[in-house]
Amino acid sequence: MGAVFRRELKSYFVTPIGYVFLAAFYAYAGLMFYVTGISEGKVRMDLLFSSLVIVLVVIVPILTMRTMAEERRSKTDQCLLTSPVSIGGIVAGKFLAAFTVYLAAISITVVMALVASIYASPDWKVVLGNLIGLALIGAAYISIGIFCSSCTESQSVAAVFGFGVLMCTTFISSIASQLPFEFLTKLADKVSFAERYYTFTYGIFDISNVLFFVSAAFVFLFLTVRVVEKRRYS
Amino acid sequence: MIEVRNITKRYGAQKALDDVSFSVNDGEILGFLGPNGAGKSTAMNIITGYISATSGKVLVDGCDVLEQPMKAKKNMGYLPEIPPLYEDMTVKEYLYFIYDLKKCKLPKISHMKDICSLIGLGDVYGRLIKNLSKGYRQRVGFAQALVGDPKILILDEPTVGLDPKQIVEIRDLIKKLGKRHTVILSSHILPEVQAVCDRIVVINRGRIVADDTEKNILAGFDDEKNIYLTAQGDKQSVLDSLEAISGAQKVSCKKAKGGELEIVIKSAKDSDIRRQVFDSAAKGGWAILEMRTSKPTLEEIFIRLTEQKEVG
Repeated sequence: MGAVFRRELKSYFVTPIGYVFLAAFYAYAGLMFYVTGISEGKVRMDLLFSSLVIVLVVIVPILTMRTMAEERRSKTDQCLLTSPVSIGGIVAGKFLAAFTVYLAAISITVVMALVASIYASPDWKVVLGNLIGLALIGAAYISIGIFCSSCTESQSVAAVFGFGVLMCTTFISSIASQLPFEFLTKLADKVSFAERYYTFTYGIFDISNVLFFVSAAFVFLFLTVRVVEKRRYS
Repeated sequence: MIEVRNITKRYGAQKALDDVSFSVNDGEILGFLGPNGAGKSTAMNIITGYISATSGKVLVDGCDVLEQPMKAKKNMGYLPEIPPLYEDMTVKEYLYFIYDLKKCKLPKISHMKDICSLIGLGDVYGRLIKNLSKGYRQRVGFAQALVGDPKILILDEPTVGLDPKQIVEIRDLIKKLGKRHTVILSSHILPEVQAVCDRIVVINRGRIVADDTEKNILAGFDDEKNIYLTAQGDKQSVLDSLEAISGAQKVSCKKAKGGELEIVIKSAKDSDIRRQVFDSAAKGGWAILEMRTSKPTLEEIFIRLTEQKEVG
C-alpha cells in the first residue's frame, strides 16, 4: 500500500493532473471567497463552503479518472496484481494519494479564513466543522471517482461517468423534489450528498452525516475491489 | 516447484485452456511452446494469479495461488507479454517502486546495482521509460521480474521485438538465470526454446499436445526416415526401380523439371537403403545428382503436433 501511495502521489505531480486540479480549485475558491464575502465587506465562510461543492462535482472526477483506468490500459495492473499486495491495499493506496492531493486543495480555505481574520473574526469552530465536512464529502467523491475509473479502460469515459454519478448523488434531492411522490423526496433528501453537506455549513456537526460520508467512501472502495476482483474471473 | 492441475479457462463459450496440467521441477527451464493464440499467455496469467481459472488450481511451492496469494506471489517474478511499465517514471524510480511493492528485504542499492549490471541497464538508469527503445523497455521489464530475487521466473515471450544481438544476449541471460532460478519461458519461436530449455511443453488450442524433453519428443516421431533424392533420367523407370527396393516403403516424386526429378523415399527407421538406391541407379542407367537423409526436425514435429489437433 505504501509503495502504491507514494507512486500515485508522485505521478499526480509528474503528470499535469495534480496541478490542474489544484489550480482549478484554488481559482474557484478564490473567486467564491471574493463573491461571498470580500465584495460585500463581510466574512461569510459558510457561504464560501457551501459554494464549493459544485466545483468538486466537476473536478474530482478529473483527479480520479486516471487511477484504475490508466493502469488497465497500459497493462501495468499486471504488475500490481501479480505482486504480493492485496487488491484492497492497491485501492487504498490510490485513494489515499488522491485524498492527499484533495486535502492540499481544500486547505486553501484555512488560508482564506486567516486572511478574513485580519478584518473580522470568523467563527473558528464553524470553519473547522466545515473543513471536516468538506474533507468527508471529498473522500466519498474520490471513492466514487475511483470506482468509476475501475469500470473502464478509458480515462475520458471514467471522467464523464464519474461526473454523472456525482451529479446524481449530489443533487438527487432537487431532482426528486420535482416528482409527485413524497416518500421519494424524503428518501432523496436522506441520500443526497449536498443536503448532508449543507448541514455542516449551517454549523451543525451531526455524527450521522459523518458516518454517512465515511460509509459511502467505504462502500465505493469496496465495490472497486470487487470490480477488479471480478474481472479476474471473466 | 510449480504444479498446474487441470486448469480450464473459459471466456464465454470459448475455452482458452482445456484441462491443462503440467509441473515444473526445481531449477528447471521449461519451454512453453505454442502458436499464437494457443493459450500461452492465459496460462502464464493464471499461474501468476493475474486472472483466475474457471476450474483447477495452481500450486507454487506448495501454496495455492488463489488461497495464499501473498506467499505464492512473493516467490514469483513475472515478465508479461507487454512489459508493465509506468511511462512517466525513470528506470530508477520504477525499479525502486517495484522493490517497495514487493516488500523486498535485500539491500536496496546493491541489489539494484546487481540487477542493472546483469541486464545491462546502466546507461539508461536515469532516463524516463517513455523515451526508451523497445529493446530497453523489454530489459526494464526483465529487471522488474528479477527484483527481490524470486525463486521462480515466468517470462512471456521475452525476446519479442528485440534485434538478433539482443535476442542472443537475453537467451544467454535466461540460461544463466536458469542455474539459480526455476524458469518458465513461453515462446512461439522454436529455436529459442530449443536453445534454452530443459523440457518442452507444447500447447495448441488450449490443450497440451506434448510434454517432454526435446530428445524424447523427437524420438517419438522417429518411426520413419526420409531420403531426399535428386535424380536424372526417365521418370517412370526411375520410380519403378526405386519401388523395387525392399526397404522403401513409399516413393513419391515431388517435382520433375528439366529432366531433374526430386524424389522422396520413405523407409523404415532402422534400415539404411542408400546403398540399394545407388545400386539401382547404376543398374538402371540413371544418375543421382543429390542424395540426403533427414529426420524430422522439432519444427516439423511442432507443425504436425499443432495440425493434428486441428484435424481432430
